[in-house]
Amino acid sequence: MTTTVEECTDPVALSLWHPVVAVAELNPQEIQTTLLLGYQISYGLRNDGSLGAARQDQPRVELPVRSRYGYLWVCLGEPRGDVFDIPEAEEADRRTLNAASIMVNTSAPRAVENFLDMGHFPFVHGGFLGVEPHTEVVDYEVTIENSEVWARQCLFYQPQAAASASGGQISEYTYRVPHPYCVMLTKSSPTDPSRQDVIGLFIQVMTQERIRAHNFLSVLDEDSSDTVLKRFQQIIFSQDKPILENQYPKLLPLDPRVEVPIRADKSAIAYRRWLSELGLTYSVIPGDQNSTGQATTGQRSL
Amino acid sequence: MSQNHTRDESKTTATNEVEDLSLRWFPIGRSDDAAHRHVHHAKLLGRELAVWRADDDYLNVWENRCLHRGVRLSIGHNDGTELKCIYHGWRYASRTAGCTYIPAHPADAPARTICNRTFPAGERYGLMWTTEQGEGSPPEIPALEAGSPFALRSLPFDAPAALIEEHLDQYQSGGEVTVTELGPHNLLLTSDQASIVFFIQPVDSGESVVHSVLTTAPNPQNELVVLHHHARALTALRDRIETVASRLPEPTPLEPALEQIEPTDLDGQTPPSRDEAELRVTVARKWETGEGIKAFELVPLTGQLPTVQPGAHIDVHLPNGLVRQYSLTNRAGEQEHYVIGVKLEPDSRGGSACLHESVREGDVLAISAPRHNFSLRRDALDTILIAGGIGITPLLSMAETLSQGGHPFTLHYFAQSSSHLAFPDRLEELGDACRTHLGLSPEQTGDQLKDILDSYTTSQHVYICGPGPMLDAARDLAEGHRWPESAVHFEYFKNTTEVDKSAEFTISLARSGVTTTVGAGQSILKVLRDQGIAMPSSCEQGACGTCVVGVIKGEPLHQDVYLKPGERASGERIVTCVSRSLSDELILDI
Ligand code: FES
Ligand SMILES: [Fe+2]
Repeated sequence: MTTTVEECTDPVALSLWHPVVAVAELNPQEIQTTLLLGYQISYGLRNDGSLGAARQDQPRVELPVRSRYGYLWVCLGEPRGDVFDIPEAEEADRRTLNAASIMVNTSAPRAVENFLDMGHFPFVHGGFLGVEPHTEVVDYEVTIENSEVWARQCLFYQPQAAASASGGQISEYTYRVPHPYCVMLTKSSPTDPSRQDVIGLFIQVMTQERIRAHNFLSVLDEDSSDTVLKRFQQIIFSQDKPILENQYPKLLPLDPRVEVPIRADKSAIAYRRWLSELGLTYSVIPGDQNSTGQATTGQRSL
Repeated sequence: MSQNHTRDESKTTATNEVEDLSLRWFPIGRSDDAAHRHVHHAKLLGRELAVWRADDDYLNVWENRCLHRGVRLSIGHNDGTELKCIYHGWRYASRTAGCTYIPAHPADAPARTICNRTFPAGERYGLMWTTEQGEGSPPEIPALEAGSPFALRSLPFDAPAALIEEHLDQYQSGGEVTVTELGPHNLLLTSDQASIVFFIQPVDSGESVVHSVLTTAPNPQNELVVLHHHARALTALRDRIETVASRLPEPTPLEPALEQIEPTDLDGQTPPSRDEAELRVTVARKWETGEGIKAFELVPLTGQLPTVQPGAHIDVHLPNGLVRQYSLTNRAGEQEHYVIGVKLEPDSRGGSACLHESVREGDVLAISAPRHNFSLRRDALDTILIAGGIGITPLLSMAETLSQGGHPFTLHYFAQSSSHLAFPDRLEELGDACRTHLGLSPEQTGDQLKDILDSYTTSQHVYICGPGPMLDAARDLAEGHRWPESAVHFEYFKNTTEVDKSAEFTISLARSGVTTTVGAGQSILKVLRDQGIAMPSSCEQGACGTCVVGVIKGEPLHQDVYLKPGERASGERIVTCVSRSLSDELILDI
């Protein structure tokens, strides 16, 4: 099927930094192309090590770029500030890597919500992040801090929480959404319980209904090989992918009357509200405060 | 080739077509596409459908979207009575599509507003049918009614329904064909060789499925040849039509509207039903299911019965004006009828006697919607169910639900003798999981309970229902053997506490700001109702928990048997039909 892609006009989405590729996967002088918010862009690594990116329809206009946490970040408009900070990842003795960049036919906010969601562990990640009948999601704390969504004291029984885990445990996660299309969690490191491992999902929004999910890892594990660490994340994400591709509508509905949340979804409720307040329209079905009529599936990229 | 069908050539727009067609019945697959324990995916007029058959053969046609997070239900699991969503394991009952269980909150009964959208379903001529907003049943086609209809293979076409209709006369059936339009997207084709009725299912604006039914079944020796012949003819027709369709501009896909849902509060609690006698049911069957125990099968006068969760009870309004509570024995997802078991109480004040003696098959009774104050968790590593006498009724619904879901459990059933066991056939089905303890003295019962509750292991739960003394004994034992309160669940038949109504006190209603007095002899419940608050209630003797409200300030005088000791001590909730206040004032969260 041929699809024509709508280019994003949402000023909120245009002013964000978007992850595009893991810098380690770039070869000098090789120009690559990808889709970002419906725009074809080219990017690459110059001989001097600097990064560059441009829209294909405006090849001479250099787009603002950043290199942080191992990724090339691109802004298609006027950036507001820098890429968000990840204090843990700045520590010198860490292993930071891109576990995988995986294409999924869904919208970015659906993937963010899935990442925030503990309730699906026993059903989608059975044997790894959860197992039946341990299905209860106990209450946790959600706050908005510095204009970010945070969820703390998120406890869940996990039979195999990480590549290095042996046996079941109750894990405690802290979730953080610093960006409409990026989400991460921290949990105490098995190697050094006083410090935090970070797992992130940095989403490249190709179109409203297609993403490339960059799986970010920043861990203290010195024993597991890259391959082992990557494979674990890849298995987990490959279990989420078919679910994400079977959600309808693909765009995240912000109208609270379209889907039914429960207490366990507190973080998702806060996230949806936060997106509404940001005024984001790309990749969501905006809620209409005054609507009394029918909710429709909204926009579609044809 | 001749063609004598008439057609309205005026071009209708896609939207008009939807409005027009939403009242029509369309086939959405062959009946054998919905095999037991499978979920069939279908699409009609741009709307995706999850089609599944329960073990009792009831055909469910639902919107293909879990209300929780929109995941397609067609990739869920059909366990025979419930459909389980693959994402978070929410379960929905056959028939009503009401949610019966939310694994993330295993202790809570899901709000009854959580209900998927259902569509009418029917089966005729070997096909499954549905309609978006129509009524009645699938169309009757005289040519098929008169013959011996035989459904051929259904075939998807990448073409709009109207285009297929236009070209149907090119179907090669040997010799001349005549095409007659019988209705929208429904045509009869006759030739010397065969006469076939075609039903075209408009899947989306550019996609269709052609269902074909022979008016006369081929004789069995010939069947394969006939099937082959028509499969070839239809495939050839499809190739031609798809070639034509591919040259036309691609039509815009239809966008069916999503229905809005009543928002629930986050605790998943919906206000319980206010209307005390909202349903009318017929006694479809009444039978003796054990010595002194009559069972009643209640079916709705119209529509579906509200969704039941295991452990539910209903109020039954008796012809003699009395209202009594009975537990439903229905397992989760069993919605065809409600079944209750009623023991004739020797000291009956007219409740059980009336049901035993006066109520007959065919009588109409008024009942309340099910109330869920004795909820079953389905996340225990082991569940112990303890029933004394007629206390079996809620526990039977739990046992069957656990059994269906493959959860480990044991049902201990204490009764006078084997002839006093209710629903023996259903107990039989439970096999070794059901243990009966017959003719024990109170002392022997105590010893037996001691054995059963001897050791507590993590993630074990016990549910107890039976006569007061037995319940008290079991609770004491559980406490003595270090069962945490959260793992012990009970339901009393009645409250035998002598209720003290002497004190007078004030109540303040936090949400409305009203302050009023509860005088001696009055109940909080009555006073709340006098204030115009639509308070639900059921047993009105402090046993069922329907009338519980939150307490913000003040010290309740608990006189119920519903709250657990910890809940009583915390003073955060009060059973308003019997309990009162020790402090001069209670501030209620209402
Ligand atoms: S989306 Fe179906 S259970 Fe959550
Ligand atoms: Fe997941």
